[in-house]
Amino acid sequence: MPGKNMGWCPGCGNYKLLDSLKEALPELGIDPRNLVIVSGIGQAAKTPQYVNAHMFNGLHGRALPAALGVKLSNRNLVVIAESGDGCMYGEGGNHFLHAIRRNYDITVIVHDNMVYGLTKGQASPTSSMGMKTPVQVNGVMLEPFNPLAVSLALDAPFVARASVGDGERTKEIIKQAISFRGFAVVDIFQPCVIFNKLNTYLWFKENTYYLPDEYDPTDRIQAFAKATETGKLPLGIFYRKEGRKVYEDLLGITDTPAYEHTVSEEAFERMLDGYR
Amino acid sequence: MRHYVNDVSIVFGGAAGQGVQTIADGVVTVLKRNGYHVFACTEFMSRIRGGSNSTEVRVTAEKRRAYVHRIDFLFALNEEAIDHLHERIDDDTLVFVEKSLMKRSADDARFIDTPLAEFAKEAGKAIFSSTVAVGVALGLLGVAPDSFFDYLAEQFAPKGEAVVESNRKAAGLGYGFGREVAERENIRVDLEPAGGTKDALLLDGNAAMGIGAVAAGCSFISSYPMSPGTGLLTFLAQKSNDFDIVVDQAEDEIAAINAALGASYAGARALVTTSGGGFSLMEEGVSLAGVTETPVVVHIGQRPGPATGLPTRTEQADLNLALYAGHGEFSRVIFAPGTLAQAVEAVQRAFDLAEKFQTTAFVLTDQFFLDSVAPVARTEIVRLPIERYIVKTSADYRRYAFTGDGISPRGVPGRGDGIVKADSHEHDESGHLTENFGIRHRMVEKRLRRLDALASESLMPETFGDIRSAGAVVVCWGSSRGVLEEALAVGGREDIAGLHFSQLFPLHPAVEGMLDGKRVHVLENNATGQFADLLRREFDVTVSGRILKATGEPFAVEEVVTALEEV
Repeated sequence: MPGKNMGWCPGCGNYKLLDSLKEALPELGIDPRNLVIVSGIGQAAKTPQYVNAHMFNGLHGRALPAALGVKLSNRNLVVIAESGDGCMYGEGGNHFLHAIRRNYDITVIVHDNMVYGLTKGQASPTSSMGMKTPVQVNGVMLEPFNPLAVSLALDAPFVARASVGDGERTKEIIKQAISFRGFAVVDIFQPCVIFNKLNTYLWFKENTYYLPDEYDPTDRIQAFAKATETGKLPLGIFYRKEGRKVYEDLLGITDTPAYEHTVSEEAFERMLDGYR
Repeated sequence: MRHYVNDVSIVFGGAAGQGVQTIADGVVTVLKRNGYHVFACTEFMSRIRGGSNSTEVRVTAEKRRAYVHRIDFLFALNEEAIDHLHERIDDDTLVFVEKSLMKRSADDARFIDTPLAEFAKEAGKAIFSSTVAVGVALGLLGVAPDSFFDYLAEQFAPKGEAVVESNRKAAGLGYGFGREVAERENIRVDLEPAGGTKDALLLDGNAAMGIGAVAAGCSFISSYPMSPGTGLLTFLAQKSNDFDIVVDQAEDEIAAINAALGASYAGARALVTTSGGGFSLMEEGVSLAGVTETPVVVHIGQRPGPATGLPTRTEQADLNLALYAGHGEFSRVIFAPGTLAQAVEAVQRAFDLAEKFQTTAFVLTDQFFLDSVAPVARTEIVRLPIERYIVKTSADYRRYAFTGDGISPRGVPGRGDGIVKADSHEHDESGHLTENFGIRHRMVEKRLRRLDALASESLMPETFGDIRSAGAVVVCWGSSRGVLEEALAVGGREDIAGLHFSQLFPLHPAVEGMLDGKRVHVLENNATGQFADLLRREFDVTVSGRILKATGEPFAVEEVVTALEEV
């Protein structure tokens, strides 16, 4: 949103992610009046403040349940849930697991900068072991959360990773995720230039590579192998499984939005008759 | 002679899975269809099988909606039921039990050997013993078994004519035995059916709440099961196909309320149901509803805490929880229906006010209320018009536009040309986050201003007795209505009036005048008198006495009659 007073630091990876998203949306022909971006709390969660689209900026960790409510109440809307690694994988970890199980048709964009920025530099669930912070004074001791492996374990039908350093490829992955019918997870590497001195633009560039063209994204076992690779980290679409029924269909939800819900008088009378 | 006039209390006791509920359902339905005033309430242990549970069925000449301690006829399906209920068994209680089941001596004139199993086997199978028991009860009361035969035909038709016939036989054997005992023990029941209940609906609290939600056009419920809040979730799930209600069993209560808020933001009438413990997890959601001005209805089925407390018991101790839930300052509405018909209406009002004032509307019930059964006349089922208060947005729409009454026109995504930005941060009129102190000040004021309008629409309390002449007023709320009404009626204290509040917050300003100059006492099923404290906070009322109970049981009529003697 031009002229908006941006809440991000100069050089923040969020700007690049925002650019990719804002390019992707019109290229997909999405009408802003038909798009809802649901977010949690944190710097990444401010993204929808700067996009011309409907916004439900909820609570820390709770983007996915709120997005569920939106999608199930008006399935005609395009719904994106967007937040950072702390919000989606930490505070919202339980929701992340169960959201994948539901497989509702939304796109989940996670800004993964491997650190807590807004709370000033503590470890995030994806921080590398050994990284020192004001709280993890002897270095991070916990094994990092692997969002791709977890998603694959729960058979999320679309699992991808991008890196904001490559805006064009990031945009393409976002476009594929939004176009995908089902629960699409996109973990996006992005540097925090203030608090993460380890995972910088250069670090991401030197420590990632794209899955080769001949990679078969329908092979879940191979996707799992790629998601658990150590050393250089793969980018691209790890897994893509078409045809899994979405939750809206399983629930039998029609195209009629909830704001047009009516109560069948006949069914109501019949219900009361059942209590005689 | 054992003579019962106008009021009989029958209790069925046994282990979970023994058929206590089936028997009580049969008795209550048949009596209702015969035009009797009936009321049933249930207490049970937190077990899947076993334990000791009981259901009290009252048959009365007057309409009664309260629990009595007294037991006239106890049907003990096992010996444990006698131990479990021993404090309520007095010299006048007749205990119907199969003496062969008893380990201790059954040499007691009050114990009537009742061969339920034997009759059941005679009719075909041991499983028919519940039917025998209903027959015995009807025989004791002298209620002809014809309508019970019809009921059995409805219940067992899907299982075939042979099953219906065997049940009829079991019922007949039980009925004959009941008549025989009545004769032998010289039992006389003087109780005329008042009529008027024949076509009434037989509802429990869960059904009443559920009917209210359906009537309100609720289209979304997300909840995590927790006693006693689960019944409403189950009810709406059962009706979901008929009424296009989206039912999502959430992974936890935090997800439940956040999903409900997302649904409401997108235009659904959204509901969550839980108990105090689950609601503790939902509190952040109430705060989110406050700042985003998103309507939501929260049902709290209260049970005794703290923490796990007594999971299947009853209490009215979560008023403060609802009243003060959520960080920050914003509006809310709290209902606490005291009758089943009030519950049907309260849920509809909750949805209406939640949307009209873009706020959280609570409905507080409790285990006693939700598991109580009584007839409700069709004419008592109030239908409120469903008004959605949702506007079609224009391109320059601003979700939090400042208006005179603090309520901004509510748009939803996808309806109109506007963009709807809901923000948990402090925000400007368009919904963008801001740290401008001036805007903050106006937004705080905007979110609170609606409390005055809400108070002016608040339900006035219902009065029992003549409040103008009464020197003392006993105030109650929610499920304590029935016991106060009855205790005042039978206690004969015309100098005391009763007041029942089915809306607890905000309170109508005119309430202050009703209490002015009276000695005010409260009756609350909690340990501290939370509503008394609210009255003091709101109107500076001096509360002279508090009749309180926090054992996990509802008030009994007898103890309230005694307590009123001190007022």
